Amino acid sequence: MFVLAEFNILRPEPGLFFWSLLFFLIFWFLIAKFAFKPIANALVKRENHIQDALLDASKAKEELRRIQEENTRMMDEARVLRAELIKEAKLQSSKMIEDAKEKAKEDARAIVAQANVEIENQKKAALRDVKNQVTALALEVSELVMKKNLSEDKEQVQLVNELVDDIHLS
Amino acid sequence: MPMSRQLTLKISLFLLVLAGILGPQMGFTQDHHIDSDEKDLTEEGYDPTNTTLHHISDQNVYSLGFAQIPLPMILYAPEDGLKMFSSGKFGIGHHGNGHYAVDRYVLVEGVVRRITDKSFPGGKVALEDHPYTFQTESKEDGADAEVVYLSHNGNTYRLDNKSTLDGGVLGGGLTSFYDFSITKNIVTMVVAMLLLLWVFLKSARRYKDNPLQAPKGIQSFLEPIFIFIRDEVAKPFLGAAYLKYLPFLMTLFFLILTLNFIGQIPFIGNPNVTGNLTFTLALAFVTFIVVNINGTKAYWQHTFWMPGVPTFVKPIMSVVEFIGLFLKPIVLTLRLAANITAGHIMIVIFVSLLFIFNNAGQNMAGSAPGLLLSSVLAMFMMALEIIVSLVQAFVFTILSASYIGAAIEEAH
Repeated sequence: MFVLAEFNILRPEPGLFFWSLLFFLIFWFLIAKFAFKPIANALVKRENHIQDALLDASKAKEELRRIQEENTRMMDEARVLRAELIKEAKLQSSKMIEDAKEKAKEDARAIVAQANVEIENQKKAALRDVKNQVTALALEVSELVMKKNLSEDKEQVQLVNELVDDIHLS
Repeated sequence: MPMSRQLTLKISLFLLVLAGILGPQMGFTQDHHIDSDEKDLTEEGYDPTNTTLHHISDQNVYSLGFAQIPLPMILYAPEDGLKMFSSGKFGIGHHGNGHYAVDRYVLVEGVVRRITDKSFPGGKVALEDHPYTFQTESKEDGADAEVVYLSHNGNTYRLDNKSTLDGGVLGGGLTSFYDFSITKNIVTMVVAMLLLLWVFLKSARRYKDNPLQAPKGIQSFLEPIFIFIRDEVAKPFLGAAYLKYLPFLMTLFFLILTLNFIGQIPFIGNPNVTGNLTFTLALAFVTFIVVNINGTKAYWQHTFWMPGVPTFVKPIMSVVEFIGLFLKPIVLTLRLAANITAGHIMIVIFVSLLFIFNNAGQNMAGSAPGLLLSSVLAMFMMALEIIVSLVQAFVFTILSASYIGAAIEEAH
């Protein structure tokens, strides 16, 4: 028994066509308006958002890298500067010490020289004093010894003076 | 490997149950003499061709194996006016054959037919057992056409098929009535649409609430598919204008995919919606309209007066392009319907092997090889059909996109 009369799927039927078309159009309208359009828009929105976020992240990373580089550079510079400063300071200090030493030496030398002059002067003054006193003593002694003779004899006085002068306390 | 053995066992059991449920539904019962409508087995045993054709056809009743769910009938005959009633009124018996005639309409193999003879009484009329006979008649043009006859009270009445729009090319043509009933296919279609609406409106709410949050739940399942169609189908063919046509392509893809899958799920009637030429024709018709409404000046120029070819070639090109205009939707229609129907036919035939081998229950020794063959082959076919379901939904969508893309392309 061969029932090809059944085989209706190959024949376009007006009823099925009508309902298929109607329901498809309604379904299309509803699902497009309330589901597919919002979903498609939301996806675009989300993708843009993700793209922006990624761009921002890479920008921030770049910025961070830049800042880090800047930091490193500044640190290096500071380190060099510090080394220079320390070096300079060391030089300065050693120079100062050197200068101070020199000055101290000079001062000491000056003081010693002055002291020598002073001593010389004091010595000369003391000698002069001693000489005067010796002269006076000698005169006194001579006077006492030869009070009588010498005072009259000019030659004698001269002789004594000469003698005194010869007494050089050196 | 205990796991895989367990799985194999489960699948075998499943197929056994499947065969048990599908068997009676497909026209095979051991106690066939109890059912008065059973005609296949009483005469020639199990008839796989009839079973297969019965399975892939659209029907006025939703047969779930254990239940025949009546559907609304909306029938219009120019000489008789509009009739609306439930197909339950036919008293649907086994095989989708009605026990009653209602207003000169009868249900044969789940499909409504009309008694043209006005001498047949109107209203609800009880019919005899085995009232239908099938005869092949030669038409005037030499083609064979099958005609169903109804015997009632000793008289034989010729039954008209419903009108079809093929103009007689495919054995149909306009007859005395039109069937606008809500058939099995339409019910399935609406169920699939409601399912999709529910799922997508649910996930769309999440996108509307906060488009920036990560997908969750059903959304995570749908979003990759959505993005795949958008990036692999819409964007390459439609370029910058893709957002305008995306909803249409999504509608096509998800509806076809869902209906393909629904057709593959066992125990729910295996409705063959996307394998039905009329349904795919409706889809292709919408695509045709969308393509040609959005056609640019350059598109029409290419169609009717192809630039850049010698003048004497232009008329030939115009003819070719004009035919192509209609060929494109026809190709869409045929490809989807043929692929899905072929899959359905293959599965039914492979399951039928069991009943062929055991000679419709008469030969128990034949059951073992029959079961083995039909399980393995049906399993293989079902796996294949899942791929075909995906591929055909994808192909219909991508071809629609390419047709739209060609129509909206500016002159280059």
